[in-house]
Amino acid sequence: MAGFFSRLKQGLTRSTQKLNAALTHRYLDETALEELEDELIAADLGPAVAGRVIDGFRSSRFGRNVTTEEIQEALAAEIAHVLSPVAVPFELKPEHKPHVVLVVGVNGVGKTTTIGKMAKWFRDQGRSVMMVAGDTFRAAAVEQLQVWGERTGAPVIAGKPGGDAAGLAFEGIKRAREAGTDLLFVDTAGRLHNKGALMEELAKIIRVMRKFDETAPHSVLLVLDATTGQNAMEQVRVFRELVNVTGLIVTKLDGSARGGIVVALADAFKLPVHLVGVGEQVEDLRPFSAQDYARGLVGQSGGDLANRLVEGSDPEAGQEERGSAPG
Amino acid sequence: MFDTLSGKLSGVFEGLSKRGRLSEADVAEAMREVRLAMLDADVALPVVRDFVNKVKENSVGSEVLESISPGQAVAKIVNDALIEALGGAGNVPLNLAAAAPVPVLMVGLQGSGKTTTSGKIALRLLTRERKRVLLASLDVQRPAAQLQLQQLAERVGVGSLPIVAGQQPVEIARRALETGRREGYDVVILDTAGRLSIDEALMQEVREVRDATNPAETLLVVDAMTGQDAVNTAQRFNEAVGITGVVMTRMDGDARGGAALSMRAITGAPIKLVGLGEKLEALDDFYPERVAGRILGLGDIAGLVEKASETLDHEESERVAKKMMSGKFDLDDYASQLRQIGKMGSISGILGMLPGMGKLKDKLGDQELDTTIFKRHQAIISSMTKNERKTPSIIKASRKKRIAAGSGTTVQEVNKLLKQFDDMSTVMKRISKMGLGGMKQMLSGLMSGGGPGGRPGGGFGGMNRR
Repeated sequence: MAGFFSRLKQGLTRSTQKLNAALTHRYLDETALEELEDELIAADLGPAVAGRVIDGFRSSRFGRNVTTEEIQEALAAEIAHVLSPVAVPFELKPEHKPHVVLVVGVNGVGKTTTIGKMAKWFRDQGRSVMMVAGDTFRAAAVEQLQVWGERTGAPVIAGKPGGDAAGLAFEGIKRAREAGTDLLFVDTAGRLHNKGALMEELAKIIRVMRKFDETAPHSVLLVLDATTGQNAMEQVRVFRELVNVTGLIVTKLDGSARGGIVVALADAFKLPVHLVGVGEQVEDLRPFSAQDYARGLVGQSGGDLANRLVEGSDPEAGQEERGSAPG
Repeated sequence: MFDTLSGKLSGVFEGLSKRGRLSEADVAEAMREVRLAMLDADVALPVVRDFVNKVKENSVGSEVLESISPGQAVAKIVNDALIEALGGAGNVPLNLAAAAPVPVLMVGLQGSGKTTTSGKIALRLLTRERKRVLLASLDVQRPAAQLQLQQLAERVGVGSLPIVAGQQPVEIARRALETGRREGYDVVILDTAGRLSIDEALMQEVREVRDATNPAETLLVVDAMTGQDAVNTAQRFNEAVGITGVVMTRMDGDARGGAALSMRAITGAPIKLVGLGEKLEALDDFYPERVAGRILGLGDIAGLVEKASETLDHEESERVAKKMMSGKFDLDDYASQLRQIGKMGSISGILGMLPGMGKLKDKLGDQELDTTIFKRHQAIISSMTKNERKTPSIIKASRKKRIAAGSGTTVQEVNKLLKQFDDMSTVMKRISKMGLGGMKQMLSGLMSGGGPGGRPGGGFGGMNRR
């Protein structure tokens, strides 16, 4: 796990230098608090949640002469407090055979890759896995999942391009039940949540699966791209309303995006966050930890912190405006 | 797109215009709202700061303070600043001024829509400019990515570079250009693997591809839903490979698309194209002034007109228009209209381009209109005889039964269609006199769903919401 934590922290802290610049203010005056708030906004927490976090902070710490470490610790604790309730692991329910997992999300968030990684993980745990190539729309989506099938040794149920995803899902449950498979992943085509007809199609997949097993799907996982901004709120709201999402998976956290939107989502929806994707390798899909995530977000990653603060304090002040318009 | 930002800004300026004259405090308050709205819209923080400062400077001047309608004056300043931040008025087209085969390099994060956009650009060059296009996938990372581009090329009807297993991106790129030269292609689109901007190894690889091919365009493909990180992505890709243009994808979503504002500011490269849907045709030119207009709730009239004129069959439209003017609009013409509406894409997409329609879209919420009614109407009409289509008044009870049975609908639905057609003929006559205003009225009738007969817009009254 050490490898994972360092990877996660690397991913989360790589771009937190700006935050650190704000954090070097030793005296927590109103200006410093405003800067902190701005930097939380720049991490995609959104103005409302960033404001609330800072308010909580202000009431307890305002005006105190504190060290950078104290500020970071307290801020991380504040954020971890929001995240803790949603740090819920994904668990296989053995009473269902198969445990049906429907995977949904907007286009390009990494649904198929996530399924491949999860399949690998469960296969390594000695579980039997089957996958349904429910993205019949995008070119070569089926083949993409089939490659994962070969990599993980999990059978893939696929149909014709443009075919009926609901029928495939039905077929998938049936075959998984017959084979006594532990876990069935149903991949779906990416869809924007504001497209009514496409969202209805998802509801139909669920209806049809229930004709075979009325308890299915046992999990509906919404995959979110960590680079997404405030629109993630709408995504979660609409997907949850229409297909009863049971948990979130946040991908692409190894990039320069800080994934602060997860804090806003936790604050607004309290939906479990099961897993985070921190890289392209199979083993880079990991359980979500509130403390690590919060620490990563505020740049509290242990030993090298002091160094970075010293290095970062001066040039970073100028870097803050580096991104502004050239003219 | 940008609906909520537009809503918030109009809210702010509504307050201002009611007060008459503009004080410094007013401006400060408005700017706080603008700032929040922009942050909510995912405009990057440094860009917001810059923007707000600029507008503040320009607003708290005597010119504005003494103007008759301060709200309007500030709206204009915000609008101008938005256009400027988006790159200044006018579309910047793709630059293909180089010796054929012209290399175009597509770069971006994973899942931003590079491959789909490559296919869309190929189709656009093929149909609009009669170019011979070769698509080549350099994505050796994601499973089946090369196959995806090959299948897209088949769908579009352009060439694709044969896949050679195990070949590396730089080699593929060279082979693509060789093939392009040998086989007389005009443009070679090089689709690369998605990569994180901080992945040094992959960024180095794309630099090598660029050096090996010297592309006329290096297009950064960016998802309109991108948050604050848009700044980092833009900056790093620009530093690494030198971006010449940006394509914003998924502008058909409900993301407010603040990333668009950040892009030009950070890269200095213009946004050239926008992706507006999953269909391969769903790619449009980017016009900063239209998007800014939308932000302020001014609508995008020019965009609508252009889209309509491009998608619609001109001869057919003219024929129908003539019949409309002469008051001889029949059911055949209605069916033809329905087909054309289908071609134009989603209704809400069209609405978004109309001025003042933002609020109507809000009423709709995030739901799409159910356009299956159009298909049912087409089915009903195709179950009619020639005479019935020409003279709907001859359709009485027994004919209705036959038509309903033939189209798999009910007599009620046939009745509804006939009633709507009747209303519509009335509206059509009016529209020919009213021009765009009439169209807007018709659409607003459409949104409110079913009105009393004869009321403009009653024609689409039976449309269902989802």
